[in-house]
Amino acid sequence: MSTIYSSTEPTISTFNSPHYNPQLVEGVESVLIVGSGGLAIGQAGEFDYSGSQAIKALKEANKQTILINPNIATNQTSHSLADKIYYIPVTPEYITYVIERERPDAILLTFGGQTALNCGVALDRMGVLQKYNIKVLGTPIRTLELTEDRELFAQALQEINIPIANSIACETLDEALSAADEVGYPIIVRSAYALGGLGSGFANNAKELKELASQSLSLAPQILVEKSLKGWKEVEYEVVRDRVGNCITVCNMENLDPLGVHTGDSIVFAPSQTLSDEEYHMLRSAAIKIIRHLGVIGECNVQYALQPDGLDYRVIEVNARLSRSSALASKATGYPLAYTAAKIGLGYTLPELPNPITKTTVANFEPSLDYIVAKVPKWDLSKFQYVNREIGSAMKSVGEVMAIGRNFEEAYQKALRQVDPSLLGFQGSDEFGDKLDEALSVATDRRALAVGQALLHENYTVERVHELTHIDSWFLHKCMNIVNMYKKLEAVNSLEALDKQLLQDAKKKGFSDKQIALSINKNSDANVHELDVRKVRKSFGIIPFVKRIDTLAAEFPANTNYLYTTYNATKNDVEFTDKGMLVLGSGVYRIGSSVEFDWCAVNTAKTLRGEGKKTVMINYNPETVSTDFDEVDRLYFEELSFERVMDIYELENSEGCVISVGGQLPQNIALKLHENGCNTLGTSPVDIDSAENRHKFSSILDSINVGQPEWSELTSVSEAKKFANKVSYPVLIRPSYVLSGAAMNVIHNEDELEDKLTLASAVSPDHPVVMSKFIEGAEEIDVDAVAYKGEVLVHAISEHVENAGVHSGDATLILPPQHLSEKIKKELKEIADKVAHAWKITGPFNMQIIKDGEDLKVIECNIRASRSFPFVSKVLGVNFIEIAVRAFLGGEKVPKPVDLMSKKYDYVATKCPQFSFTRLAGADPFLGVEMASTGEVASFGKDEIESYWTAMQSTMNFHVPLPPNGILFGGDLNKPFLGEVISTISSLGFNFYVANEAAKQYLEKYTKDPVSVIEFPKNDKRGLREVFQKYDIKLVFNLASKRADHTLDEDYVMRRNAIDFAIPLFNEPQTSKLFARALKANIAEKIRVLDSKDVVVPSEVRSWEEFVGFKPV
Amino acid sequence: MSAKATFSIKNGPTFEGYSFGADKSVAGEAVFTTSLVGYPESMTDPSYCGQILVFTQPLIGNYGVPSGEARDQFNLLRYFESPHVHVVGIIVAEYAYEHSHWTAVESLANWCQREGVAAVTGVDTREVIQYLREQGSSLGRITVENQESADYLDPMSTNLVARVTTKQPYYVKALEPKCNVALIDCGVKENIVRSLVARGANVTVVPYDYRIQDIASEFDGIFISNGPGNPTFCEVTVNNLKELMQDEKLVDLPIFGICLGHQLLALAAGAKTHKLKYGNRAHNIPAMDLTTGQCHITSQNHGYAIDESSLPSGWKPYFINLNDQSNEGMIHLTRPIFSTQFHPEAKGGPEDTAVLFDKYFHNIDEYKVKKQANLKLAAAPVTIKVEQLATERVF
Repeated sequence: MSTIYSSTEPTISTFNSPHYNPQLVEGVESVLIVGSGGLAIGQAGEFDYSGSQAIKALKEANKQTILINPNIATNQTSHSLADKIYYIPVTPEYITYVIERERPDAILLTFGGQTALNCGVALDRMGVLQKYNIKVLGTPIRTLELTEDRELFAQALQEINIPIANSIACETLDEALSAADEVGYPIIVRSAYALGGLGSGFANNAKELKELASQSLSLAPQILVEKSLKGWKEVEYEVVRDRVGNCITVCNMENLDPLGVHTGDSIVFAPSQTLSDEEYHMLRSAAIKIIRHLGVIGECNVQYALQPDGLDYRVIEVNARLSRSSALASKATGYPLAYTAAKIGLGYTLPELPNPITKTTVANFEPSLDYIVAKVPKWDLSKFQYVNREIGSAMKSVGEVMAIGRNFEEAYQKALRQVDPSLLGFQGSDEFGDKLDEALSVATDRRALAVGQALLHENYTVERVHELTHIDSWFLHKCMNIVNMYKKLEAVNSLEALDKQLLQDAKKKGFSDKQIALSINKNSDANVHELDVRKVRKSFGIIPFVKRIDTLAAEFPANTNYLYTTYNATKNDVEFTDKGMLVLGSGVYRIGSSVEFDWCAVNTAKTLRGEGKKTVMINYNPETVSTDFDEVDRLYFEELSFERVMDIYELENSEGCVISVGGQLPQNIALKLHENGCNTLGTSPVDIDSAENRHKFSSILDSINVGQPEWSELTSVSEAKKFANKVSYPVLIRPSYVLSGAAMNVIHNEDELEDKLTLASAVSPDHPVVMSKFIEGAEEIDVDAVAYKGEVLVHAISEHVENAGVHSGDATLILPPQHLSEKIKKELKEIADKVAHAWKITGPFNMQIIKDGEDLKVIECNIRASRSFPFVSKVLGVNFIEIAVRAFLGGEKVPKPVDLMSKKYDYVATKCPQFSFTRLAGADPFLGVEMASTGEVASFGKDEIESYWTAMQSTMNFHVPLPPNGILFGGDLNKPFLGEVISTISSLGFNFYVANEAAKQYLEKYTKDPVSVIEFPKNDKRGLREVFQKYDIKLVFNLASKRADHTLDEDYVMRRNAIDFAIPLFNEPQTSKLFARALKANIAEKIRVLDSKDVVVPSEVRSWEEFVGFKPV
Repeated sequence: MSAKATFSIKNGPTFEGYSFGADKSVAGEAVFTTSLVGYPESMTDPSYCGQILVFTQPLIGNYGVPSGEARDQFNLLRYFESPHVHVVGIIVAEYAYEHSHWTAVESLANWCQREGVAAVTGVDTREVIQYLREQGSSLGRITVENQESADYLDPMSTNLVARVTTKQPYYVKALEPKCNVALIDCGVKENIVRSLVARGANVTVVPYDYRIQDIASEFDGIFISNGPGNPTFCEVTVNNLKELMQDEKLVDLPIFGICLGHQLLALAAGAKTHKLKYGNRAHNIPAMDLTTGQCHITSQNHGYAIDESSLPSGWKPYFINLNDQSNEGMIHLTRPIFSTQFHPEAKGGPEDTAVLFDKYFHNIDEYKVKKQANLKLAAAPVTIKVEQLATERVF
C-alpha cells in the first residue's frame, strides 16, 4: 500500500528521550479540514469538538488550516482556530472548488463524521486528490473504503479470523428476501455508507423486511441482510494506532441496552462493568488485530456483540474515523482522542506524544478510570407528529449527556436528571398503564422510565425485568439499590427524623436534595422543600467532594482541571483559592438548544480569561468544545441544577456566575441562584423573570408603549373563549418559561380551545394562561442585541424568510436585512432601546418582532444570548458575546455603542435550518410553532439569492435538480404560492408533475410548460418509489396549509416520501418562492460549471475573510 | 449492614468502611492496582502473597467469582491463577453485593469469607492511592469490628517465595508434545504454565530451590516464573541459575524469565535490584521493545526492579517502561536468554506481548536442532522421571 509516510518502521524515539526524532510527513504546510455541516441526528456537536481539537493540534505544528463547514454556530469556524474558513456545502463538488482555489498540501477526512469521510472517498474516486497531489493525513482512503463497504470489510476480517455477523449484500428487494430466508429471521438490515444507522432496521418476517428494505434501498444502492443477535451485550472499544503500528485501546464502553438499540440511542457506561478479564481482553485483542490489519492511522472504533452466556462474539461495525463514541470516550477518560489522532496523522508516533493531561507520561498508554461514566441519550420525539417512538438500529436521539460518579447509582441518577431536569433521577412513570411489559420489551425513548416504574412501583423482580428487557441483571440490581433507598426515605416522616447516616447514604446513591425532600413528603404530611434538605445537609457537614479526572487513577500526580463531584469520597483533589468566575453551559443538545450555545459559553470563557479572570465551566454535554480540557481554568462535568451549581459556587468561593449564555437551562435556575446569594452577572434575575413571565412581560411592554399582539391573562375557559372571539382566531396560548415552542399552541377554533384548556393544561386561577392574537402572514424579524445598564451597545436585525407562524428556530434568517426600510430599522432600534432600558439589561438579549403592515409587534423577548448570536456575530464580524462579557464586567472595557445596522454591507448571509426528518420514520415534515430543526447552516453571497442558493445546498444531502429532472407539486390550491413558484421556474427545462387533476388545472394557469398527473399509490411505498424513479422526480414543493389529519393524507404522503426517498422538499411558501428564484438565477451557471472540463469556481466560493473584508476572531 | 471495618496505613491515615470478607483482622504490605478488570486473577496471583490490595477501579465484585474447580483441556485451573487467594486483604470503593455473570459460582464476599481474606468496602480508594503514591510503599492493616487488630507486619522481610512455591515437582503434559521445559516455580501463575503447554511443551515444574543446573540438560528450555517479594531472598535460586548459566555445555539452552524470574536471572547475571517507591501494578503500562522500537501495553505486578546500569557486559536492556523509565526486560547479546519484568501471559491484562512465548519457542526449536547435532547433549541421561511426578501444585 502506498503511503505518505516515509517509514512505517518503529524507532526508539520518545518525546522525553534524547532519541526524540519524529519523522513527520514532508511537504505539508497547509491542511484542508472537512467539517460535518449542520447538526443532524446521527451527526451532531461531537464533530465540532473533534474538528476543533484537530485544528488545535495542527496549529501547534504550525500548519496553515483551511476549514470547510457551513455550520456557522460551531466553535471550529472561528479564526481563533482555523486560518481560513469557508461556509459552503460539504460536498465533493464544493470541496473541489476550494482545493482549486487554495491548493492545500494535505486533507483531513476523519474529523467531519460520515459526511467528510464520504466526500473523501468520492474525491479520491473522482481523481481530485491525485490531480492536485493532496496527501490524505492519517488513515488512508483504501482503509476508509474497506470499513465502509460491508463485503470488503467482511472479507478483510475473515482473513484474520475475526467473526462478523454473517451478512449478505443485496441490491434488490428479492435478493433481500432470499438472503433473509438463508440466514433466518429475525434479521437486521444495514445500508452501506450509512450515517448513524440510517436505513437500517430489524425485521421479524418477510412483510416487515419488504417495508424496511424498500426504504433502505431508496437511500443506498446496497443493503446488507444479517442475522439479528438481539439480546447480546453490546460493547465498544476506542482504538488508536500510529503509522508504525503501536496500538492502544483508550476506552471500552458497555451499553446498558442490549444489542438491537443503536449505540447512539443506548444508555452506555464506561468502562464496561459486567465483563470479566477474559472477555474484556478477548475483545481488546481483537480490536487491535482489526485496526492493524485494516491499517488505520489515527482513531477507530470497534463495536461488538458479545454473547451474554459464553465467549462468542461478533464485530458489528468499525468506524475508521472520529465518532460520537470517540467524543464520549475522550470526555469519559480525559484522553484527547481527536488531538492525538491529528498528531498521528502528521506522522508522530504514540511514544513521541506526551499525554496532554499529565504532560510527563507518554500518550502511548491506556487510561485507567477510577470512576464510572454514564451516558444517556436525549430524544425529542414528542415534538413530531406520527413519529414511530420505537428505538432500534437507526438512531433517533438528538443529543446526549454524560455523568460521572464513583458508583453506578450516583452516575446514573445524575445522568437522568441531566437529560431531563424535570426528572428526580431514577424514577417511574404511570404513563404505561397495563402496557408496562410491552414498554419493557420493546425499546422506546421511554424505557428507562418503564424500568423505574416496574422496579419502583409495580414490584417487578430483577429477574422479570431482565427477561423482558435483556438488560444485564447487574445494572438492574444497582437500580434496586436506588429503589431500596427510596423506600428508606419514604419511611421518614419529617425532616427532623432524617438522620445523618441515611442522608449521607442517600447522597452517596446519587439522590438530589429535591428527590430526598419529595420522598420524605410522599407518605407523610410533611412539606419538605429542596432548600430545607440542603440546609440540614450542610448542617451535618455533608457536602460533595471534588475529584479529578486524570487518565491514570491517581497513579501519578497530574494537575488537571477536569473535575467532577461525588459524595463517595473523603478528600478533595483540589484546593479552592481561585475565586473563579462560573460559566453555566447549555447542557444537553436538543431541539432548540445546541452548538450555538456552546459557542456562546466558549467565547464567554475566552473573553473572561482574556480579562485575567479565572474561569470555571459547568456543563455535562460530551459533544461540546466548552468541555474540552484546555478551554477553561476549571471544568466541572456536572449537573446544571440549582443544587449542584450552588455547591460548586460555594466550594469555589466564586466571584460570580454567568447565567445568560447557556440558553434556557441556566436561565431557569437563575432566580433561585440569585435568591440564595449567588452573584449572577449581567441583568438581574428578577428582571429576567419579568420577561419570562408572560403576564409581567406583556404588562411592561404596554407600559413602555411597545407594540405587541393583543393579549390577556385568563383564568377560566369562558374568559378565554370571550377573548378569542374578540381578537378572532387563530390565537396562541402558552404557559411561562417557554422553550423551543414546547407547550405553546396555536388554536384555530373554539373546539380546539376547549380541548386544550380542559384536557392539556387545566386552566385555573392558580394556573392562568396567557393568550394572544396569533398573527398570520406577517413578516417576522429577529433582533439580537447587547446592552449595558439599559443602553444598547450593539444590535443586529435579521429578517425571516418565512412568515410569522413558523418557529423562529426553523426560520431562514437573512442578515443584513434586504427588505426593511430605514424607518422600520430605526423603529426596531427604538424598541430595542426601550426594552433594554425597561428591563435594565446588562448583557445579551434577543427579541422576535412581527411586522404587521407597518406596525411592529414584539412577540418574544429572551434576556439571554439567543441561538442566532454566533450567526450575527460572524456575519457582522463583531463578537456579541465578547461585548456582553465586557458589559458583565463593567468599567472602562465596556465598548461605546455602535449602530451596526446603519453600516453598508456588500454581502448577505443566509442561515437555513437543518432538519432530521429522514431519521424520524413517519414524522410529518411540516413546520409550525413547534421547532423541528436539529441544526443550521449559513452561507454568504453577494446578494440574498446567492447566499440562499449556497446555504440550501449546504443542508445535508441536498441535491440541486437539473433539467430535465421532474418536479412534483402539491398542497393548497386556494393560495397563489404554488402558482408563483411554477411560473418562476417555467421554461427552464424541468418536467412538472402533480398527483391530481385539480392541481394540474390550477398550475396550468401559471405556466405554459406541460403539467402531468402521475400515479400516486398512497399506501404502497415501493410503488411510490418506482413512480418517483420513473418520472425522475428530484424536487418536491408541497405547500399544504395545515398539518395532515391522518397518514393517508395525500400531502402528508408526498412530504414524507420526499424525505424517505432523499429528495429535497420545500414545504413553506416563502422559502419555496425564494428557492424558485435562486434556481432560475443560478441553474444555467450551475450546468456550465458542472459540464466544464476545467474546474470553474463559482462566485459564491469565497472565504469568510474575503466576504467581510477582514479577519474577525 | 455488615460489620464496620477500618483500613489503616502505618504512620498514616485510617479509613473507615464495611467488611464484606472474612471476619478477621489482617496486616500486610498495602499496594494498589489500577487494573479495570481481573480481580479473581489478581487475588489468586501468588505474586500478591501477603499484600493488602487496593483497587482503584471503584466497582468490584460485579461479575462474581468463577469456579476454582473448573479445569481446561490441560487440567489447568480454568479461571484462577493458583488454587487459592494470596492477598491477605482487599480494599474497594464499592463492593457489588449482587453480581451477574455466566461464569460466576459465588460472590466475591463469599469467596473472601471462605478463603479467609479480609475485605473492606466504602473507602475513598483514590485518597488511599494518593497517600501511597506520595508516601511510597507502606504497611497496612485491616481491623474488623469486634476483632482484635493485627500487628503491622512486613511480608517483604520474609521469604514469601518459599511459601508459595510447589513443595514437590509436578508435571503438566502437552496435548501434542513438541518439547520439554523445566519451570522454576517461585509462585507461578497458571497462565504461564498454560502458555507453555498450549504451545506444545511438556512442563516440569520444580520448586524454587531445586537444583535446576543438575537437570537442565534434560530439557529444551528453562523457564523462571513470577513470584512475590524481594528477589534477594531467593539467593539459592540465584546461585543455581549462576551455575546453570556458567555451564559451557548449555550455552545454547533457551531461558525465559518473567517478573521475579527476570529479577533472579538479572541477579544471577550480576546485576542489582532495588525496591520501587510504590511499585507498578496495572494493566496499562507502556513498555518499549528497545530492539525494535515497538511499544506494547503490558500487565504488571512488581515492587522491585533491576538497575539497568548494573547490567553486566553481554547483556542489554530489552524493554523500557515509558512511564518511569524503569527496566522492563533484558536480553543476552549472543545466547537465547531473555526476560521481562512485565507479564506476557496476561491474566489479567492485555495480551499484546504473548508473542514473547512464541519467541521462546522459536529459541527452543533452534536449540533442538543444535542438540541433535551435539551427541553429548542429545544423549543426556534422564534423571527426572516426569511420569511419576504429581500433576499439579504440591503444598
